[in-house]
Amino acid sequence: MNLTSSLIASGQESEAVEASVNYAMQASGAFTWMWLLIAFPLFGAAFLLLAGRRTDKWGHWLGVAMSLASFATAVVMFFAMIASPDADRSQTLHLWDWIAVGRFEVPIALHLDQLSMTFVLLITGVGSLIHIYAVGYMAEDPARRRFFAYLNLFVAAMLLLVLADSYLVLYFGWEGVGLASYLLISFFQYKPSAAVAGKKAFVVNRVGDIGMSIAIMLMFVTFGSVTFEGVLGNVGMASETANTWIGLMLLLAACGKSAQFPLQSWLLDAMEGPTPVSALIHAATMVTAGVYLIVRSGPIFEAAPTAATAVIVIGAITLMFGAIIGCAKDDIKKVLAGSTMSQIGYMMLAAGLGPIGYVFAIFHLVAHGCFKANMFLGAGSIMHGMNDQVDMRRFGALRFVMVGTFITFSAGWLAIMGIPPFAGFFSKDKIIEAAFMHGWIPGLVAAIGAGITAFYMTRLWTMTFTGKARWTEDNQHPHESPKIMLIPIAILAFLSVSIGFILAYGDAIINWLTPVTGYAEQETVLNHYIIEYGTLAMVIAGAVIAYLQYRRDVPITPPQHVSALTTAARRDLYGDAFNEAVFMRPGQWLTRSLVFLDSRVVDGAVNGVAALAGGLSGRLRRLQTGYVRSYGLWMLIGAVVLLGFLILVRV
Amino acid sequence: MGAEYIPVLLLGALAFAFAVFSVTLATLTGPKRYNRAKRDAYECGIDPTPQPMGGGHFSIKYYLTAMLFIIFDIEIVFLYPWAVSFGLMGVFALVEVILFIVTVFCVYLFVWRRGGLEWD
Amino acid sequence: MNELIASVFETPVINYRQLSPILIILGAAVISVLVEAFVPRANRRVVQLVLVFLALITAIIWAVTGAGQQAITGEGAIAVDGPGTFLQITILIVSVFVAMLMAENRLDPAGDAFTARANSLPGSEDEREYTNRGWTTTELWPLFLFSVGGMLLFVVANDLLILFVALEVMSLPLYLMAAIARRRRLLSQEAAMKYFLLGAFGSAFFLYGSAMAYGFAGSIRLGDIANAISALPGPNGLIIAAVALLSVGMFFKIAAVPFHMWAPDVYVGAPSPVTAFMASCVKIAGVGVLLRVMYVAFSGLAWDWRPLFWIVSIVTMLVATILALTQTDIKRMLAYSSISHAGFLLIAVIALNPQGIASTLIYLVVYATATVGAFGIVTLVRGPSGEATHLSQWAGLGKRSPLVAGGFAILLLSFAGIPLTAGFIGKFTVFGAGIAGGATPVVIVGAVASMIAAFFYVRVIVLMFFTDPAEDGPTVVTPSPFTGIAISVSVILTVIFGIFPQPLIELAEKASIFIR
Repeated sequence: MNLTSSLIASGQESEAVEASVNYAMQASGAFTWMWLLIAFPLFGAAFLLLAGRRTDKWGHWLGVAMSLASFATAVVMFFAMIASPDADRSQTLHLWDWIAVGRFEVPIALHLDQLSMTFVLLITGVGSLIHIYAVGYMAEDPARRRFFAYLNLFVAAMLLLVLADSYLVLYFGWEGVGLASYLLISFFQYKPSAAVAGKKAFVVNRVGDIGMSIAIMLMFVTFGSVTFEGVLGNVGMASETANTWIGLMLLLAACGKSAQFPLQSWLLDAMEGPTPVSALIHAATMVTAGVYLIVRSGPIFEAAPTAATAVIVIGAITLMFGAIIGCAKDDIKKVLAGSTMSQIGYMMLAAGLGPIGYVFAIFHLVAHGCFKANMFLGAGSIMHGMNDQVDMRRFGALRFVMVGTFITFSAGWLAIMGIPPFAGFFSKDKIIEAAFMHGWIPGLVAAIGAGITAFYMTRLWTMTFTGKARWTEDNQHPHESPKIMLIPIAILAFLSVSIGFILAYGDAIINWLTPVTGYAEQETVLNHYIIEYGTLAMVIAGAVIAYLQYRRDVPITPPQHVSALTTAARRDLYGDAFNEAVFMRPGQWLTRSLVFLDSRVVDGAVNGVAALAGGLSGRLRRLQTGYVRSYGLWMLIGAVVLLGFLILVRV
Repeated sequence: MGAEYIPVLLLGALAFAFAVFSVTLATLTGPKRYNRAKRDAYECGIDPTPQPMGGGHFSIKYYLTAMLFIIFDIEIVFLYPWAVSFGLMGVFALVEVILFIVTVFCVYLFVWRRGGLEWD
Repeated sequence: MNELIASVFETPVINYRQLSPILIILGAAVISVLVEAFVPRANRRVVQLVLVFLALITAIIWAVTGAGQQAITGEGAIAVDGPGTFLQITILIVSVFVAMLMAENRLDPAGDAFTARANSLPGSEDEREYTNRGWTTTELWPLFLFSVGGMLLFVVANDLLILFVALEVMSLPLYLMAAIARRRRLLSQEAAMKYFLLGAFGSAFFLYGSAMAYGFAGSIRLGDIANAISALPGPNGLIIAAVALLSVGMFFKIAAVPFHMWAPDVYVGAPSPVTAFMASCVKIAGVGVLLRVMYVAFSGLAWDWRPLFWIVSIVTMLVATILALTQTDIKRMLAYSSISHAGFLLIAVIALNPQGIASTLIYLVVYATATVGAFGIVTLVRGPSGEATHLSQWAGLGKRSPLVAGGFAILLLSFAGIPLTAGFIGKFTVFGAGIAGGATPVVIVGAVASMIAAFFYVRVIVLMFFTDPAEDGPTVVTPSPFTGIAISVSVILTVIFGIFPQPLIELAEKASIFIR
């Protein structure tokens, strides 16, 4: 009898084990094809890069087709996921064992769950629209095929990033998007500013990547594994210190990729890239990778309150930072870039809040992906019609000549401000509410940020579309963009209007993501309605002030005598000066000394080690005389030393 | 262990000492009457012809021929031990030595065709 | 009496099936000599190429189909075992691609990479005349085949005498091959002279060591030496001297510090395809033999030679890496890189466990793969007077020719051991074996050295992609399919081994047992 019961008990135990394995169940059915998601764009990139000029005529359509194919696959997966019960929605596809030496195993596997699914849809959906748009936007460019190859490469790398099953695979995608981003920022190689911006993004991103690699090493040391399951499932077994350090290093990585303080400066310069790139990479997808990383690593931050607080602080600082910069810039794309920084700041803030914020971070990320891509493409459309002018002081009154762009852009404008019932209202409001659940300071920062957002976005809108025409001689005839550009914008505009409502209806997004990220609610420190209406009031106030101020004549040259804050904001709040001192100078030194062949260039004071190695190298090199006799002598000396050493060891 | 080698060493030392002794003795006691003929390479015969150019350089062809000689010479040395043990190994030895000679012959053909045996 | 002799002189048993790859290559080499003698000059190149590739591929097929059958043969003089067969196949396959580099004749306007007539005075009227006639040194091909044959024998040799003979069969042709560059002939001849003199010096050490080992064990068979060592009651000067001298001979071949000094000069002077051959195949053979001798014959003395190998490994990695930092010539830099790889490989020798063997095999495969491609790319970048090897001439290459520069960047990353390239797998397994074998300090130095090394590899990448090209910089010449295929295969394999290393690892693990 006893025997039987113990048998049963053990049987129950094994069931429990199976349940925990179920967390990452082997992919079946349609999900076994998830590798296609990555394979399509990867094939496109490889083909377009290798095929050569023969494919110049139709290469870009192949790029579009590959992106669309990936999107179609994503949609099929999405419906397959909806059709399966909650428990089966997390699927792992084991591809192959990368290294299996002894007990050390690193499998290469893909992992698709509700969180990655959301990203996959966003990346392939917005990505495909931007591919289509770029067919028109890059029509004149002789290197269009290469551009589409890079875009496809980016999509493939980004999908690898979000589909990864382990931090290592994620890291490969992480580096892949970094590479694609670098290639695309410096795409206009003939422009020195583009080349410099590319380098800057490259160097700053490397700073973040150091964080990522250290985090992975720490995980390996702490948990003996780098898979999500192996790390996140065992967080409780590690000390809080270990979790804190891993969390901080992940945060550093996220800061680099998502342009968060203090690694934000590259994003503004990255606007040198073609506009579709700014829309796809530097607004909708890549820069949100940091948010994905934090949300995905949620359990680590929950176990390390210090690291979680650091995330909130960084998010709050960047939120204000980006918003203030956005107020002072005259370059339309830079305003949007500042706004991107600020909006990602919101997402980071939400991600740092823990289960009360994860869902809304992702919600806002999706909404932002739609409306920001919409506005970037709108800005591209304006530039297309205005002979590549980006200075808003030379726009004005464009609502009459670019009607389509005006209407769609307005949708994005209302969405980002959070005017109901546009997308931003549902997502941003929830973040502000969650911030007030956490405490007064994050709540107030988030709410004030919303007011400033309304100010600078209205400023942009007013200066561009209303008032008098301030067009300079070379752009006397602005014109509307072709249909192939307008249709993607229109689709994105429609999403800017509707996606918030769609996802918020019946708490759809909460129900969808909760199995992965978890969800919790707390009491806010302030009444719910006060938060909502207060924020709305602030938004409207910001918008009205901006409208009144910039509706009137705007001087074509920016005024010189302005407040210290404006000057600072025009200079990116000295973010560049800071980064230059902390990252760029060493970075520049690194590239310089990498390029310079003479070891004497190395500055002795800063670089003891390199100077030592260089000097040592010079001294050792003198032994290499070129004479056989001296080489022979060295061999002889070596042989004698070897022999002597062996005898000594024996004695 | 090395004791049995001592006589050999002694013999060597003796030979060396004798050589040094006789040369020294001859230098000290012999008459010293030098003339041209005596300073020649040998005290008899004719001068070596042709005189090497520039004092001491031989034509490179000497070396080539010498090297070819050594190579073929050494190859043929292998035939002696083969001949001794041929009866013991039978067909195997025959096949192996034919392979060996064919290979050497190939080299000979190469040298011949590429003009290695012509002096000019 | 007769019976007594008969018992001593038994007919040797020679397992020809096991030796077939060696016999095919050496047989082809002899035929190749005859081709030189009888085929008219105009047709020689084509006939030689057909012969060489036919021989190499036949040998590969025989080696692959015969793999897995282990045997001690040739009266114990030859041990065809897992590592031996693995290395033979590797050498043969790498040789195919090296032969492709050597067969290239579209890069130089005057023909291939080899001089019109080796005995014409450099810069003379004679030389110009022969060049105008379109001559080339087809003697390269028999030399190449002999050298490959020597290597195949070298890696399966089971006694010290056969080892020595194979060493010479492998090396002597190389001395000549180094001397016949078409461009910068004086440099090439000087390199050959240095290589020959120092090579002879190195061989002498090896031979002297063999004599000592024979004096100690009364046998030249590796297995017998091991038995004699295990029966050894106390210290013995003879065997210690043998270990030291044999190591010197092999260190010379794999260019470990301080026996490396010939390598930079010879690598720079020799024609690039020949350099590729030396850097890849000779290294494979040399390390393979070092591994066999140390594991099979001298594992009983590990306590004696291991500390020595520790030091040589550490010194090699550090000195080569530090010296590479200030090199301004790409071939010289690759030479120092090749020396530093010898240091990494020594870690696996020190490990003295099956993992050590497997990881050496893996490392050799990935290293040789990348090396052939790297030197192949060096031949493509040309100025008016031949290859443009000064680093400053490579500035901005990525803008002129992104495909070539991209390929080179991948190979450099592999040399540096960056993940997702084959080089990482090599370093990873070697370090793993080192740690398992108790050589953690050496592994730590190795990790530091690879970090320093990454600096100078990345420096070249930065130079290619982040600097502006010089005004009158070199051009990247479009090669014939020969070089094109060799380089592409090298780059593709480097990536594939980086992403899907498991089959290679398993194969190497399966092949990691010596027999004696």
